[in-house]
Amino acid sequence: MGEENKVILHGMWASPFSKRVELALRLKGVPFEYKEEDLRNKSSQLLHYNPVYKKVTVLVHNGRPIAESSLIILEYIDETWKNSLQLLPEDPYKRAKVRFWTSFIEQQLFQTMITVIKTDGEAQEKAIKEVLEKLEMLEEGMKEFFPDRNPSIDSENLGLLDLVFFSSFGLHKVREEVLGIQIIDPEKTPLLFSWVKAINQLPLVKELTPPHDKLVAFLKFIRECSQVFFNLV
Amino acid sequence: MSEEVKVFGFWCSPFSRRVELALKLKGVQYEYIEEDVFKNKSPLLLKYNPVHKKIPVLLHNGKPIAESLVILEYIEETWKANPILPEDPYEKAMVRFWTKFADEKCLPALWKAGWSPENEREKAVDEACECLKTLESALKGKRFFGGETVGLVDIAANFIAFWLRLIQEATGQELLSAEKFPDLFKWTDEFGSCSVVKESLPPRDKLLAFFKARVAEAMDAQTNASK
Repeated sequence: MGEENKVILHGMWASPFSKRVELALRLKGVPFEYKEEDLRNKSSQLLHYNPVYKKVTVLVHNGRPIAESSLIILEYIDETWKNSLQLLPEDPYKRAKVRFWTSFIEQQLFQTMITVIKTDGEAQEKAIKEVLEKLEMLEEGMKEFFPDRNPSIDSENLGLLDLVFFSSFGLHKVREEVLGIQIIDPEKTPLLFSWVKAINQLPLVKELTPPHDKLVAFLKFIRECSQVFFNLV
Repeated sequence: MSEEVKVFGFWCSPFSRRVELALKLKGVQYEYIEEDVFKNKSPLLLKYNPVHKKIPVLLHNGKPIAESLVILEYIEETWKANPILPEDPYEKAMVRFWTKFADEKCLPALWKAGWSPENEREKAVDEACECLKTLESALKGKRFFGGETVGLVDIAANFIAFWLRLIQEATGQELLSAEKFPDLFKWTDEFGSCSVVKESLPPRDKLLAFFKARVAEAMDAQTNASK
């Protein structure tokens, strides 16, 4: 069999980007090899596969690498392994809506969240305000996706939007504990709160989520050397 | 069945021109609506893009789509003539990679280099040149990023082919030169000489005047700041 259909994921246990790819491969039932990358000492393989961005989260399929971003990797996975679980809907307009919101979560929300993690004082306060405002916009936008306001999620119907939202905010409780702030408020953003709770309860997600204490310790650690971490994952 | 396609744009925005180019490439008829983005955005625009309140917005049979790259993927999936993405999933992933690179790394770096104040300029120019060099490597001697025909990367990099040259002329700064980036420079000519592309570019003189006015504004601001 050799190289045929061989899938390798270069990832990092605490990276939301590699986590979402891992989850997607598991959901699709794609057999793969996982290689944990040491951020301080990236393998020469990784640098070969991702010379442009030099970041972790590279999917290698049949020897061909796909890097940056995990969204591109997720669409590739969806197009390559076509089975009952499709990450994106068939209809072009619905696909456009999913892409719009995943782009919003990734570029607008998550980037600001990173600023919250990296900063203190006034800069952090400003970023927190921005995150909360954008979460309210997301709450509004998601009403179209969950018209009965009750996200019923199971492993059979998880999609790209769920994966991206979950990997960006699934661990909000860890951040809330470390930063001492409320990020996903059940009163201000009830839909987001119940959405993330529903995803967190899935057996597969529980399996792939590192222990709470380990994540708390890690978040505290990266706040110390934050500049470096977010340039690497 | 008649289709209603509208584009809300702004005459000098490379982002709305991308959308127009893709529609023209595919022979799709559309109505163009110019938005006064600096002073007076229309209620329709705010209704169709409440999240970002920006152009471009594509309206297809009453359904709005915002964000130029999202719109381009929608156009590709809806109108099948003259594809701008390859069929093969891996090739598609590579195209999306370079599109993202051009859009998220190159454009901001080039824009910053064009307008940065003296003391920051050298670093900004270095970063911009790094981006151009990397993007050039994706061409691999082809006529277009898309091969023999214009593809998604070409469309996303429209800024480099046209707007950049005019910014260079207005600021007197040269980022993209034939000497430093021979393949990329050649591409700007190839891209710019396509009739479909020419139809979807802003008027040269008007855009140049626009940039010259901005240069003058920036210089005034700097002079005033140092008084």
